[in-house]
Order: sequence, then structure tokens, then C-alpha cells
Amino acid sequence: MNQTFLNAPPEESARILDARIPPGPLERKWTDHRGHVSLVSPANKRKHTILVVGTGLAGGAAAAALGELGYRVLNFCIQDSPRRAHSVAAQGGINASKNYQNDGDSDFRLFYDTVKGGDFRAREANVYRLAELSGAIIDQCVAQGVPFAREYGGTLANRSFGGAQVSRTFYARGQTGQQLLLGAYGSLMRQVAAGTVTMLARREMLDLVLVDGRARGIVCRNLVTGELETYAGDAVLLATGGYSTVFYLSTNAVNCNNSAAWRCHKRGAFFANPCFTQIHPTCIPQEAETQSKLTLMSESLRNDGRVWVPAKAGDHRSAAEIPESERDYYLERIYPAFGNLVPRDIASRAAKRMCDEGKGVGKTGRAVFLDFQAALERLGRPVIAERYGNLFHMYEEITAEDPYRVPMRIYPAPHYTMGGLWVDYNLMTTIPGLFALGEANFSDHGANRLGASALMQGLADGYFVIPYTLGAYLAEWRPQPISTEHEAFAQAAAEVRQGIQSLLEVAGKEPVRDLWRRLGHICWERVGMSREASGLNQALEEIRDLRKSFWQEVCIPGGERELNRSLEMAIRVADYLEFAELLAMDALHREESCGGHFREEFRTPEGEALRDDERFTYVAAWEYTGDLQRPRLHKENLKFEHVQPGQRSYK
Amino acid sequence: MSTQSMSFNLRVWRQEGPQEPGRLVDYKVVDISPEMSFLEMLDELNVQLTRKGERPVEFDSDCREGICGMCGLVITGVAHGPLSATTTCTLRMRHFQDGQTIEVEPFRAAAFPVLRDLVVDRTALDRIIQAGGFVSQNAGSAPDGNAIPIPKDDAENAMDAASCIGCGACVAACPNASAFLFTSAKVSQLAYLPQGRPEARRRVASMVRQMDLEGFGNCTNHGECEAVCPKEVSIHHIARMRKEYWKAMLG
Repeated sequence: MNQTFLNAPPEESARILDARIPPGPLERKWTDHRGHVSLVSPANKRKHTILVVGTGLAGGAAAAALGELGYRVLNFCIQDSPRRAHSVAAQGGINASKNYQNDGDSDFRLFYDTVKGGDFRAREANVYRLAELSGAIIDQCVAQGVPFAREYGGTLANRSFGGAQVSRTFYARGQTGQQLLLGAYGSLMRQVAAGTVTMLARREMLDLVLVDGRARGIVCRNLVTGELETYAGDAVLLATGGYSTVFYLSTNAVNCNNSAAWRCHKRGAFFANPCFTQIHPTCIPQEAETQSKLTLMSESLRNDGRVWVPAKAGDHRSAAEIPESERDYYLERIYPAFGNLVPRDIASRAAKRMCDEGKGVGKTGRAVFLDFQAALERLGRPVIAERYGNLFHMYEEITAEDPYRVPMRIYPAPHYTMGGLWVDYNLMTTIPGLFALGEANFSDHGANRLGASALMQGLADGYFVIPYTLGAYLAEWRPQPISTEHEAFAQAAAEVRQGIQSLLEVAGKEPVRDLWRRLGHICWERVGMSREASGLNQALEEIRDLRKSFWQEVCIPGGERELNRSLEMAIRVADYLEFAELLAMDALHREESCGGHFREEFRTPEGEALRDDERFTYVAAWEYTGDLQRPRLHKENLKFEHVQPGQRSYK
Repeated sequence: MSTQSMSFNLRVWRQEGPQEPGRLVDYKVVDISPEMSFLEMLDELNVQLTRKGERPVEFDSDCREGICGMCGLVITGVAHGPLSATTTCTLRMRHFQDGQTIEVEPFRAAAFPVLRDLVVDRTALDRIIQAGGFVSQNAGSAPDGNAIPIPKDDAENAMDAASCIGCGACVAACPNASAFLFTSAKVSQLAYLPQGRPEARRRVASMVRQMDLEGFGNCTNHGECEAVCPKEVSIHHIARMRKEYWKAMLG
């Protein structure tokens, strides 16, 4: 690969992507669409096999809901049980425009906040649908027995979350994701017992099988036996999460990866806005090189915790020794309207700026204080313990410091990826029959996701969107039955096997983990919280070099046909080495700052993100054109008819 | 960054497959910092083994923050190790003595066959949930969330039970390899809530039957399960399950 290609502007497709947004007024689009799409009759549903990959909130909810409708569902997950999907780790809550607090919430306000929070890079119609469905999600989860927090009168409790001025977040202590996932898991297990869903755990999807241009099946590696297995169906639903582990250290689980989505991309699914990555502001700072992950502390802590640093750079006194007058509560100072509750991208960058100015605290100087002293004095320890007890416990377990007595130290960490496979309004990718749900798609959060919105989107896609749009696809197409006897399956499996063989044949000396750490380091330093053209160009070269080293040095002990974690990890890292290039290329092409994508060259005099609406009000959807080939850029132009894009202000 | 460095003598269970015999193998692991988690220490061992051309030790883990329930090791005889209310992934090495000998074994039970090394098959727990650990509620048919007021205390009690992460430590710690604490946590959560009442009798009978079918032992009140539970799920849920069970059988 010559470097001139890497630096050249992307080749652009003349065709504009059509998101197939239904006509009509914003608030009628989904209802009218739902009322007009074709349906599959109840008797015919059981004749359709649907492959659902992933069992998090999106995948688990979709598999359960489709099973309830009578489809024959095969559901895959990489863990030993569907209950472990990483949605389980979401802490703070789930948004819904119920307006139970009588504080002025509505579908429109949730829609507005989400579009603004996403820095005007999300698709209006999708976001409105999300807001519209949010209430039904809460109803569904309550009915499943999710133990949401309650008031003494027995009604549901709410709290506020970053980027919103209303209390619309429903929560179950600091374990909201766990409880919502267990609700979906219960529904899923009920369908397994009913025989509609077959659960295939410890399977990793490694390829998509296309027949006549449509998604008709997948190739999986059985992670216990190492055998490659093929499965056929009438549609494939990808709910495999995001790609934050490209940074190696992130808040994601260690098995989270992008391989399924990447391999669909290589089969023809466009990848949208990969540079929209979210760095979460309230994580426990990194302490050691050997750390395997970063731990998130729920954003809800910012409701009662105050963020500060010493006012003077280079002040190494302990928090207790720094008097009130020598502290800088910088979020309250710079953003008086939202204070500590500014959106994540703003809070993360502000923390980085403080540390860059030499005001960081702790051993490494890469941390800021999150202080509960004022809240403890105002509310008392029992109230704080009830709200955040498990988070305080978790913090103490990790850092050996008691946050009731000394302020927490926090620092931003890679957390969520807004980018993902491009989907139309029906959640279908550019491959007919391949759908992407939840974090795996790109559509609803624009360039920055607001807190408590990921759970909402995963469940909306799974319970309430896909059951309609999948039915419409099947009813219009009327697929012929297919089996894995079709030659396309053997061929795809052979290609996967060849890839695995090549990895094993390298027989180098470097453990995969060390190579992954090196990739993570490049991505974090140059494609992380802030980016600039020269650093991105350098990253592109470094990623290429590392890819070369990987294929010469990687060491994978053990064989193919057995339980082999080193091999699993090597497959994922090999894919990340290809994907990381697209990530950097997308960040390089987007010459503006928006949401989680911050380019040093494009900022306001105050240092805030400076969008370029003239040139970049579009979704960048990349088409794979071959290994080491320049990807082709397709644009979906975004129209804002109900929210006027403006400079986001939280001041 | 810590400058302190620790080393440990590990005795790790190695087993190549479900049918193969297993044994404890001695390893020395060096350059361990006290902030590292137990699993990061094993990661480091695996890096050291890989560099020497040896097969790394296989173990399950995912979230590494104590919520997914995927990890679980018996550490010198105690499921999830010496610290209470902790999963293996959140246990830090500062709780061990430099130079200490540590035995590392899988969660053992007849219902949890070993797949390889420290990895066991816990799908029996999923099948217990399939037997009735849910509310039969189809998407789309739910009433408004506030239509059913639930007393705060009931919601809190349900939440205590619902915090089970399904790791199986309760089974591994029990001399009878009983799954009573796991099963009772789900039965009790749904028994506290009005949504769970319509199916309460069928649920408890069916889940208890499945527990027996899977080969889990009976409960004889040792309380070891509660002692190792990383989420401190209380054995009072077992008492509630017994009550629910007799209500179902006699009622």
C-alpha cells in the first residue's frame, strides 16, 4: 500500500443513499408506516427462520419478540449464557418521555434533546420514532417484573441525566442494564421453553452467507469444539454491539468485538460514521499498563457529585488540604445552565483540557475529582448510600479509597460507539435481508449519545421496530426455503477456515494481547478524544505497520478445533487492524468537530466543537472495495425540518 | 503507577477436555502489581506461558466489573476467593501476600461439567429459568407502567433478589452442589411483585423440578451459598421459596 492513497481524499459515489423514510408529518410517520406495511400471516410466520446474532437488549428483545409472534428463531451469543451480554453492565438508567414528573417532558422534547445532544448528525425520523416508543418500553419492562426504583406511593421514580433538564430517566439502583437485560432474558427463556427460539451459546459469527445478493445465513465458530457451523434462514439480524475495544482499554467487556459487523461490511454492508466514538467522562482512571479494562462509574453520579480540579496547575496537595477558594468547579463555572450535567462529550473534553493544563490530580495527573461532600452534608449518608451505594462500593474495591471520605478520581474512557452498520428507516443494511439493531447500527445518536439512551434504543429496535419491519421485508419478498446444502455455505465456511489457518501458520512469538494493546495505544493517542490531521495520517501509517507485524509475529498456542481463547482474540484483533484504518480515515475526512468527534483544527474560540454544516451535514457510509483498497464514500444527506441546527450551548 | 511487584506460586487446574483427566499444575507468576485483578494476574500468567511456547490457561470472563456473572474460580477453596461480596474479576491482588501459594480450580458440581481447564458448562442454570423464571408477557400488551403501584419496600426486596448474576458460586460452595439460592432468587423476586403472582404456583413447582432434573443437590441449610455470593443474595429467599413451594403443593 502506498501512502499517497492513505492521504488522498476519498473516492465518492455519485449515488445518494436513500434512507426510505416514510412520507407524512414527523409524528405520523411511524404510525402510518406500521399501518401500511405488508404483514406475514400467523400461519406463515413459523415457516420463516430468522437468525439473530447477539443477546443483549437489542438481540435478546428481538429474538423474544419474534418468537412470541411465531417465527422460528435461532439466537446466537459468544458467552455461555444470553444473560451475560454486555448490556448487563449499563448502570444509570433508561429514558422515556412519560412526563410522570409533570416537568414538561414530551415525545417532542425527548426527540429534540436527542437530536441536539447528537450534535445534529442523527436522522430526525429515526429519533422521533425512538422517542415515541420510549414509553411502551417502560410499560413492557414493568410488566416483565423489572424492579424499577419506586416512590413511597408505589409509583415509578425518575432522575435526571446529562444533557436533559427534565427527570425522565427510569432506573433500578445502579444496575438498570442488568435488570432490563434479565427482563428480556426471561422473555427469551420463555420462548426457548415454548420451542420458538433455539439458543446457540458459545458461538461466534465469522461470516455472512449471501445467496442471490440477499443475506441467507451465517458461518459460526463453535467456541467449545472449534468446529465451523453454518446456519440458514430468511433474514439475519445483527445485534452484536459496538467497537470500543478497538482502543483495547474501554468500559466494554473483554469479549466485545467488531468482527461480525466487519465481516458483513466486507460482504457489502456499508459502515457509517465509524469516527463517532463516545468517550465517557466518569470512569475510574487507568492505574497500570497491565490493566485489562476500564470501569465506568454511572453518569448519574454527576447528579450529586461536583467535578473540580485545583485552581492552580501543579498543585499536588490532597483534596482535603485544598481550601474551597483554591478549587475550580470548572463545569459549574463554564456551563452554569447545565453545570455538572452537561453531555458526555462536553464533560470529557473539559476534563482532558484541565489535565492538559496541568491541573490533573492523582498519581498520574490524568484525573479530576468528583466530590460528594456537599451532597453528603445536604442529604446525609443514608440517602447517598441508597442512590449510589453499589457504585461507591465498586469504586472502593478497585481503588482502595473510600468515596464517602475522599473525592472520587475520574477520567474519560472509550465507552460507546455511535457509528455502525448503515441502516435505512427499517433497520435494514445495504444488504437485503441483513438488519442491524442497537449499538451495531448507526442511526439514532448522531455524533454523541446522551446518557440513558442506549438501553432505550436497543429495546425499541428489538421489541417494537424490527417485528414490523422484518415482517414487511418477508411479506414483500416471499423467500423460497433454503438449506445449508447450498454451495454458498460451504464456500463461505471454507473462506473462514482459510483465514483461521493463515493465523495459525504465522507461528510468531508475540502474544495476541500485546499486539492488541499496541493497536489500542495508537487508536487512543491519535484517534481518541481529540484528533488532528497529522496525527491521523501518522495513525494510518502505524496501523499499517502494526498489521504487518501482527501477521509476522503473532503467536497462537493450541489448535483450531478446540476451546482456544488466544485464537478467538487473534481473529478479533486481525479484524480490528483492518477496521482501525477505516476509523482513522473517516476521522480524517470529516473536517469538522461534532459530538464525540473532535478535530483540534476545528474549534470555537472557547475551545468547543465547531461543526461545518455546509460541508458535513451527512452520514458518511463507507463501501468496502477490497483488501488494501480505498473504500468508497456514500453520503446520506441529513435534513433538519423540525430542529434547527445551531451551535450547541449548555451555558 | 505502582512500583511494587509481587510474585505468586499458583497451583492451577488443567484439563484438556470434558472426558480427559485433570490435575493441578504448579506455575510461578512474577511481576504482579497489587492493583491487578485476579484475572489480570492470570492474563499475565498466560502472556508468560505463551512466550515460553506453552498452552495458556483457559478461563471464562467477560465484563470484568462484577456484573455479567461469566467469571468464577475457586481460589484456595473459596468460590470467588477470600473477599466477601466480590467476583473473581473484581478481586485485587493486594488482598494476597507476596509469595503466597494460591490454588485455582473451576466451579465444581455434577451439573457443571468442565469444558477445559477452568471453564465449566453452566447451561443448567438457563434451563431452570426456562422452566418458569419469567412473567408470561408478550411485547406490546403491557398496561401503563404506573397502572400497578408497587410498595417501595416490595420493589426494594425484589431488587435485592434480582441482583443475582447467575455465576453459580452458590452451587460451587455448597457441599450438596445445590442451586437453591440461585433458583430462590428468581422465585422470590417475582413473588414480591404483583406481576409475578398469576403464575406463582406453576413457576415454583416447575423450577424446583428442573433443579432436581439437572442433578443439583438439596439444601441442608449450610449457608455457604450466601457467604460466597458476590451480590450478597440472602438465604431468606430460600425460606421464601420453600413457603411458595408448599403453597403451590398444598394450596
